[in-house]
Amino acid sequence: MEWEVVIGLEIHAQLATKSKIFSGASTAYGAPANTQACVVDLGLPGVLPVLNHEAVQMAIKFGLATNSEVAQRSIFARKNYFYPDLPKGYQISQMELPIVGEGSLEIRLEDGSTKNIGITRAHLEEDAGKSLHGDFQGMTGIDLNRAGTPLLEIVSEPDMRSAKEAIAYMKKIHSIVTYIDICDGNMQEGSFRCDANVSVRPKGQAEFGTRAELKNLNSFRFVERAINLEVERQIDVIEGGGEVVQETRLYDADKHETRAMRSKEEANDYRYFPDPDLLPVEIDNETIYAVRASLPELPDAKQQRFISEYGLSEYDAEVLTSTRPMADYYETVVKESGGEAKLSANWVTGDLAGTLNKESIEIENSPVAAGMLGGMIKRIADNTISGKIAKQVFEAMWQGEGDADAVIERKGLKQVTDTGAIEKLVDDIIANNPVQVEQYRAGKDKVFGFFVGQVMKVSQGKANPAQVNQILKDKLKP
Amino acid sequence: MHNKTLSELSTALKAGEFSSTELTRHYLDRIADLDPQINAFVTVTEQPAMAAAASADERIAAGTATPLTGIPLAQKDIFCTEGVKTSCGSKMLDNFISPYNATVIEHFNAAGAVMLGKTNMDEFAMGSSNETSFYGSVKNPWDINKVPGGSSGGSAAAVAARLAPASSGTDTGGSIRQPASLCGITGLKPTYGRVSRYGMIAFASSLDQAGPMTRSAEDAALMLNCMAGFDERDSTSAQRDVPDYTANLSGSLEGLKIGLPKEYFGEGLDAQVSSAVEAAIREYENLGAVVKEISLPNTHLAVPTYYVVAPAECSSNLSRFDGVRFGYRCENPADLEDLYKRSRGEGFGAEVKRRIMIGAYALSAGYYDAYYLKAQQLRRLISDDFKRAFEEVDVIMGPTAPGPAFGLGEKADDPITMYLSDIYTIAANLAGLPGISVPAGFVNDMPVGLQIIGNYFDESRLLNVAHRYQQVTDWHTRAPEQFK
Repeated sequence: MEWEVVIGLEIHAQLATKSKIFSGASTAYGAPANTQACVVDLGLPGVLPVLNHEAVQMAIKFGLATNSEVAQRSIFARKNYFYPDLPKGYQISQMELPIVGEGSLEIRLEDGSTKNIGITRAHLEEDAGKSLHGDFQGMTGIDLNRAGTPLLEIVSEPDMRSAKEAIAYMKKIHSIVTYIDICDGNMQEGSFRCDANVSVRPKGQAEFGTRAELKNLNSFRFVERAINLEVERQIDVIEGGGEVVQETRLYDADKHETRAMRSKEEANDYRYFPDPDLLPVEIDNETIYAVRASLPELPDAKQQRFISEYGLSEYDAEVLTSTRPMADYYETVVKESGGEAKLSANWVTGDLAGTLNKESIEIENSPVAAGMLGGMIKRIADNTISGKIAKQVFEAMWQGEGDADAVIERKGLKQVTDTGAIEKLVDDIIANNPVQVEQYRAGKDKVFGFFVGQVMKVSQGKANPAQVNQILKDKLKP
Repeated sequence: MHNKTLSELSTALKAGEFSSTELTRHYLDRIADLDPQINAFVTVTEQPAMAAAASADERIAAGTATPLTGIPLAQKDIFCTEGVKTSCGSKMLDNFISPYNATVIEHFNAAGAVMLGKTNMDEFAMGSSNETSFYGSVKNPWDINKVPGGSSGGSAAAVAARLAPASSGTDTGGSIRQPASLCGITGLKPTYGRVSRYGMIAFASSLDQAGPMTRSAEDAALMLNCMAGFDERDSTSAQRDVPDYTANLSGSLEGLKIGLPKEYFGEGLDAQVSSAVEAAIREYENLGAVVKEISLPNTHLAVPTYYVVAPAECSSNLSRFDGVRFGYRCENPADLEDLYKRSRGEGFGAEVKRRIMIGAYALSAGYYDAYYLKAQQLRRLISDDFKRAFEEVDVIMGPTAPGPAFGLGEKADDPITMYLSDIYTIAANLAGLPGISVPAGFVNDMPVGLQIIGNYFDESRLLNVAHRYQQVTDWHTRAPEQFK
């Protein structure tokens, strides 16, 4: 039987506020345990939450950036359950009236086609703390530094039909939240993570199959692997005559398996109700206008602009706009190079990206700053150096030997464009290689490459290749 | 000294008749001598009290005193007090030393008031008789075989017995007004949001409101001046200026329109309490007020609505008492579930557990609409009754409680009868309105109160109306014989 895969994602984006969503404690990552938890985060008797309006602004930004509905009135609700790293015994979240309602997002698939994925809602909530199962003499340690960190939970429609589509959607959300600066997107630190609802159904069937929720997918690769694994498992279960049960499953990257965490029957009754400690969030049109005005250019718009303004291919434009630092870097390079858009694109997506990738360095931390690369490209464009010499210059800049002009100067890499000087080199080569001259003049064109090679060798690669060609042709004429 | 009102003490301190140190010492001695009879205090903070009194004396000498500087006060043990046990009347918090001060406590400290100690209360403010306290019942100073009312029973009894000139209380369904009525003192529940809830251990967040418990309306005005105000740490506190509540105490009541809801004078009301309230109304007519019968047709829904809303909120508010970070933890828990079950099972008393169970049920899947949502709708109807009433009248009057103080143990095993002792006070909490109880006579030698309910943020008028009555009556000046 042919099966169709149905996937919906719940993405948790940690909002990049300085302080927590309901307290003044810092949200900075990596502090010693429980040093960033104030009385509110500890859930001490008598404390009350106060909403951080920066988190609201960020949620509005997300809503506007994804063409989603921004609710004029939304409310916080309590999700009640007991867990040691949940200090109050409830999580403040949103249930009935989330801050962001329906929207949709276009994703591009590998074959170049596009598809719209529906966004059901996005709501604000607080993160829980962490349970530490390290060495505590048979006990569990609790670190509440993360408790109260603001999250935006972005829920999609079950619109994705393969792990690849899920990844494309997740990357698109990742790109948007980092573009609009509401999330640092760091998946290792858990700032951007996702749960996937996965089910399968016979192709053509209208009803959805029973779904399993996969938890704890903290890299794009894990999402893809876990979904594919789960799809295989479900198909095996059904084809083996069994039934998929609704349950939550945990993906174990080390063992490369998903395993059941809890079934629907064991699921908590969260007893949601509006949090009486917090007022409804009212958002007026003026706020929405102001936030809209503050939005930066979004990935899709930037991609279109790169195509029209810089004459880039759709592919190059997509690569160069995949992250905001990459796009910003590219635009600086173009500017500093004196408008060499295509050449800049080749260098940024080619040598630069390759080297960064090899060294695992983010573009914003590149040892070769955008201005330096632009300066070098300018020297290619004005024939100071050839493209080949440029690779040497780039390598030297990467090693911290200064900017392009300094490297060219110190290493004497300046291209020789003096016709007289090149003519002299050519004359010497012709005089010293009479056999090859004979062969060429007898019609053996292939020998021409030998002369070019000799001239470049003698000039240490610095002779202008176009001039060398022309002069050689003239002088070798019978 | 202890027969003076707060306002008289304030004047005397400033005039140098005695020092705050002497006054505080006097009250601490009275507490040591007399509190064993009534059990009003959970904790007496003698040493910090004397230190605070000494600095108050310096402040008085420096001429920077406020009306509360040097005044000894008793604080309900529901307010977090830094470095002092804050038990909320529960075994669960018997070991809890708060690391921070409630906003109300900060206000009193800034004014230079002196905290004598923390008063006994029903466990987590759940009760109408003070019998649910882990620290044992408080006794009514007018008859130690009777209850003081609750949940602010310790605060009410301490003031009635002259162990403190004034105290703080909190009122979720009548917990200031009902014990004030049963102990013969003045108790004001302000408009919801008038006083910050920060640091006040939550029972039912949408109903809880702190207020003063005093010997007179004038004292209540002085206390409210200090307690009220916007607090950025409490999102539900009102962003509204605090007027000087003493400014209009003596204003004329000529033409004041008083509404008497017929539903407050029907079945279930003690006939003698009814007579006392009617006599008080006649005093108001003598002062020039106009009386009008009104109707609050949804009054009968107030108690059932309250007993869905309050338990629902409490079931969630009390989830943080889990034995993990503070408070009671059971011995040798076998695992996490055992830790939760036994810490909560052993740490909470029966009434608290009853309400957590009711509340969890009302919020559970499949019952939410029928209970919690329905209760919210009824709450709106009850508020609308008042809205309509205040289009016609300035204040609403009636009994505070259906009867005088009842015997200790009399209703302890009958929660429904106990719940009905708040039948006249609960509606004001559901609507968020201010209400005050003032002493209005005695029934079988036990005090009874007149309740006055006002419109939103109309505390000035309530205090004015109460004060004028107290100028022509002396019920509020009476003291129980053993505590004179």
